Amino acid sequence: MTGKLTAGLVIAVPIALFGLLGPLVVQDPSRVDDIGLTAPAAGHLLGTTQTGQDVLAQLAYATRGSLIVGAVVGVLTLLLSGFFGIVGAYAGGWLDEAFSLFINVMLVIPGLPVVIVISAYLPDRSLLLVSLVLAITGWAGSARVLRGSTLSLRNRDYVLASRVAGEKRWRIILVEILPNLVPLLASQVVFAVIFAILGEAGLSYLGLGASESFTWGTMLYYAQNGLALRLGAWWWFVPPGLLLALFGAALALINFSIDEIIDPKLRNQTRAARRGWRMSREQLRRAREVTL
Amino acid sequence: MTSLEVRGLVKDYRLRDGLRSTRLRAVDDVGFTLDHGRTVALVGQSGSGKSTIARLLLQLERPTAGEIRLDGRPVARRGAGLIRYRRLVQMVFQDPFASLNPHHDVAHHLARPLRLHHPELSRADVDARIRHLLERVQLDPAMAGRRPHELSGGQRQRVAIARALAPSPGILIADEPVSMLDVSIRLGVLNLLATLQREEDLGVLYITHDLATARHFSDDILVMYRGRIVEHGPADEVILNPKHEYTRLLADATPDPERRFGPAPR
Ligand SMILES: Nc1ncnc2c1ncn2[C@@H]1O[C@H](COP(=O)(O)OP(=O)(O)OP(=O)(O)O)[C@@H](O)[C@H]1O
Ligand SMILES: [Mg+2]
Repeated sequence: MTGKLTAGLVIAVPIALFGLLGPLVVQDPSRVDDIGLTAPAAGHLLGTTQTGQDVLAQLAYATRGSLIVGAVVGVLTLLLSGFFGIVGAYAGGWLDEAFSLFINVMLVIPGLPVVIVISAYLPDRSLLLVSLVLAITGWAGSARVLRGSTLSLRNRDYVLASRVAGEKRWRIILVEILPNLVPLLASQVVFAVIFAILGEAGLSYLGLGASESFTWGTMLYYAQNGLALRLGAWWWFVPPGLLLALFGAALALINFSIDEIIDPKLRNQTRAARRGWRMSREQLRRAREVTL
Repeated sequence: MTSLEVRGLVKDYRLRDGLRSTRLRAVDDVGFTLDHGRTVALVGQSGSGKSTIARLLLQLERPTAGEIRLDGRPVARRGAGLIRYRRLVQMVFQDPFASLNPHHDVAHHLARPLRLHHPELSRADVDARIRHLLERVQLDPAMAGRRPHELSGGQRQRVAIARALAPSPGILIADEPVSMLDVSIRLGVLNLLATLQREEDLGVLYITHDLATARHFSDDILVMYRGRIVEHGPADEVILNPKHEYTRLLADATPDPERRFGPAPR
């Protein structure tokens, strides 16, 4: 366990638990009250919004919503990029050509503008629909990365050896190749989750997100609409913004540590590792004695 | 009692150089026979097409022309015929550090070919066979649970040999099986291969750069030069009376122990 991985998990796991368990204990996040814009106090730990809704309750539901977006996009990216990236590259021939063309076409479609256009066309957007759109515009990059690694793995001797043994194609992909791609897959999925959560927040902030549901982005959108900043209601926009930033940073940290596991060369490039190479004063003295 | 026969084998590779594509003939009209109980050495310089022949024989690639016959019949390229072919023709790869999957233990590498070609075996039978195979290649059966990175190069290559023997093949193709190993353990692995060849009545194609071991371990020698077989004959004959100038060059470059220790026989 590297320091980065530990730090990432220490931040991400509590946020995820809050999103999972929070909605079970807090009050109804939409309940309107006539105590608009009260600062944090005993009754409402994080204060209330303009219409007197409890911010803590909204935050719990928003965390759950954002996590759902991240999870859906992560799973879809895993499936799409795994299928088009790995299967095509292993099969080779025209299938690879076709899949590769498809990946490249999806890759050059500019993601965010398309998402905005699609969102603008559909007035009634569920959280799932937004996730779907984000996944479809985002998976191609991962597929390309996976395709590259699969191309190099498929000609490894141990893959040839299992072909010589008479192993079936799907079994070679699943049992011989896939385990070697797991770290790479993990890092691609984590990246997709970051992309999805931030992308959804951006869309919601523009008013193009899911309607009738809570995410960190919609909370910020309503805070902005309610002039929270101008009115000094920091308790309304700081919590969702902070969680968004923290969760993104935590996932990025986890991703870095996975990258270092995949590519040991990166591990030796960190400052901590370089400091480790330095000789102690004692060693330097001894080395000088030997060479002189 | 297996024999593998090759006639007029040709393999062309397309090399793309920008827009132009040129053709490289890696194997050019090659023919020979591998018979049970005999070892044939295939020697030749780097890039002469030896590994390409191995890949063609193992049906990892399709020949451009020519045919491969197993026991007199053209080989099947798919279906049940291919499965039978995979059982009878096996391979030991050059690099024992690359030919074992780092994610799986030794038992997995031996169990898969056993299960594939002997589906009737029960789990206990497979375990017993794995133990037996490890003993045959002079490894401790307790190694079954180890991962490849916990083994030495020589131990890995013995595992690779055991894997090739698992389906009980008739033909074994060994592409430079010891060139990646330390000099001190090469002879041990080659002797093991020779012993197994005799006990199992295998037909072996021993691909190597090393004329000395080719002469010692094989009955016949094929000399390859730029994709063609330029010389073919009994081992001593090829080495003592080389006809092709390339073979002469090779033979002169090889240290001859007899020349050092006694009067030269020629
Ligand atoms: N997939 C390929 N595509 C294009 N050319 C190839 C391919 N595989 C091999 N070649 C070429 O075919 C020729 C024969 O290669 P091969 O690997 O059979 O040589 P070799 O005799 O095994 O050499 P070595 O002793 O170094 O292992 C070489 O010139 C090589 O560049
Ligand atoms: Mg070779």
